[in-house]
Amino acid sequence: MELIVERVGHRYGELTVLEDIDLAVREGEILALIGPSGCGKSTLLGIMGGILRPSAGRVLVKGAAPAGSLNPLTYVFQDFALLPWRTVEGNVALALEHHNLPPAEMQARIADVLARTGLSEFRQAFPKQLSGGMRQRVGIARALAVKPAVLLMDEPLSALDAQTRELLMEDFLALWLRERITAVYVTHNLDEALHLADRVAVLSRRPGRVRDVIAIDLPQSERSLPAAQVRLAELHDRLWALIRAEAQVAEREIVDG
Amino acid sequence: MADGPTGLRAREIPFRGGGFVLSPRRGAAILAFALVLAIWEVASRAGWISEIFLPSPGSVLTALQELIVSGVLWTHIGVSLGRLLVGWIIGTGCGLAAGLAIGIWSLSRAIGLPVVSALFPIPKIALLPLLILWLGIGEASKVATIALGVFFPTTIAMFSAIDAVPRNLIRMGQSFNLPPVAVLKKIVLPGALPGILSGFRITASIALILLVSAEMIGAEHGIGAFILQAGNLMQTDQLLAGVVVLSVLGLVVGTALTRLEKWLLRWR
Repeated sequence: MELIVERVGHRYGELTVLEDIDLAVREGEILALIGPSGCGKSTLLGIMGGILRPSAGRVLVKGAAPAGSLNPLTYVFQDFALLPWRTVEGNVALALEHHNLPPAEMQARIADVLARTGLSEFRQAFPKQLSGGMRQRVGIARALAVKPAVLLMDEPLSALDAQTRELLMEDFLALWLRERITAVYVTHNLDEALHLADRVAVLSRRPGRVRDVIAIDLPQSERSLPAAQVRLAELHDRLWALIRAEAQVAEREIVDG
Repeated sequence: MADGPTGLRAREIPFRGGGFVLSPRRGAAILAFALVLAIWEVASRAGWISEIFLPSPGSVLTALQELIVSGVLWTHIGVSLGRLLVGWIIGTGCGLAAGLAIGIWSLSRAIGLPVVSALFPIPKIALLPLLILWLGIGEASKVATIALGVFFPTTIAMFSAIDAVPRNLIRMGQSFNLPPVAVLKKIVLPGALPGILSGFRITASIALILLVSAEMIGAEHGIGAFILQAGNLMQTDQLLAGVVVLSVLGLVVGTALTRLEKWLLRWR
């Protein structure tokens, strides 16, 4: 399924956060949205999945969702958004319960996604008993359970420590290489974008516009090889040059509100 | 002491932390309590304290025993518990409904919030005479006083608890297409439960206070009425026995609520 953003703009009162955004997410790719803090990338993701109404423009989908998809546009949240009173299993079940699936299919879906995210032995654990990394695995398992057409990931690793982030990134990449789920990946972390994305859309700061879309022309599976490092370093510098000046302004800004 | 590489004498750094940490002292409370009772008992027996103004712990205990054996106590407790329970349940039920409405609908919040803020500070016992005029001197006016007293704090606890449910959890539910009723049932209400339960703790003690006050104003039976009668007849041992019963009642309710909280909020 393709996701097409057409001339989307958004304002909070007087403040224009997004202006004239045109983007197309292609079937089977990971599109990273990157930009300095306050560029409205999370806002854009909210608009792309229909939980925020844009002030201007529209978002379209093209093509059919995969068979058995219960929720074509599915989020993975920065703060995991798990219900603390539900177990791992219960949190995954939350996304399925209102679809009136046969009990056997529901159990099968839960068991399947827990196995794919390495959570099978934690079925009965409550979120507070899990580390941050495991919590985000639950968030990913919950998203996979509904067989999404497009995964909308809002800085999914930024609440984790550096080592956990590496581990989870490897696991997510392995998962993605098997299934090639279309994904939009919002991040402020260049390394994550360079590791995962097929294309990186760089947003400018307030009002957020698409400054450039840069293709990472190396297969994800080869990016950790030594031979890829020179090319990746070039791309890193190009991306950094695009956002450096604005990140500097963002960093020196007094936060109001 | 070891010499460092510079040849100077190494000194141990002084410890500056510690203190301001409270550790449990088991048994200290019981010991202090027993000590106070013992001094009180001795002072009574020695005649330093008048038996009429402040009977000794021993005679309060004897009075309590007599009340239990004769069955008088059970009648009073039964009547009181009935009023307490009916009043609390009505007040809580209405309060939860009103709090829910204020918590989720803008219009009911706009109307309900000023009303609640205006009526909450009125000491509800002041309305008892009016309620007696409306409902008669019988059970209804006492139950209504308790229900009114419980209603407002429950309403406030309910909508504050709903306000405290993280919005991102609600958005998450919506992003998985949960129907609004499911969002309410599976996300908002469980999320509000801790706040609701701490509201129960407050309303339980308010209900107890109003119960005793209402029973003292116009009732034949009930612990409040019993205490008042004992006072009028200068039976201070029975009076204090009634007070002990109230204290035990409060403790039992408090403990039950703690258990309930531990069980319902075991995910915390």
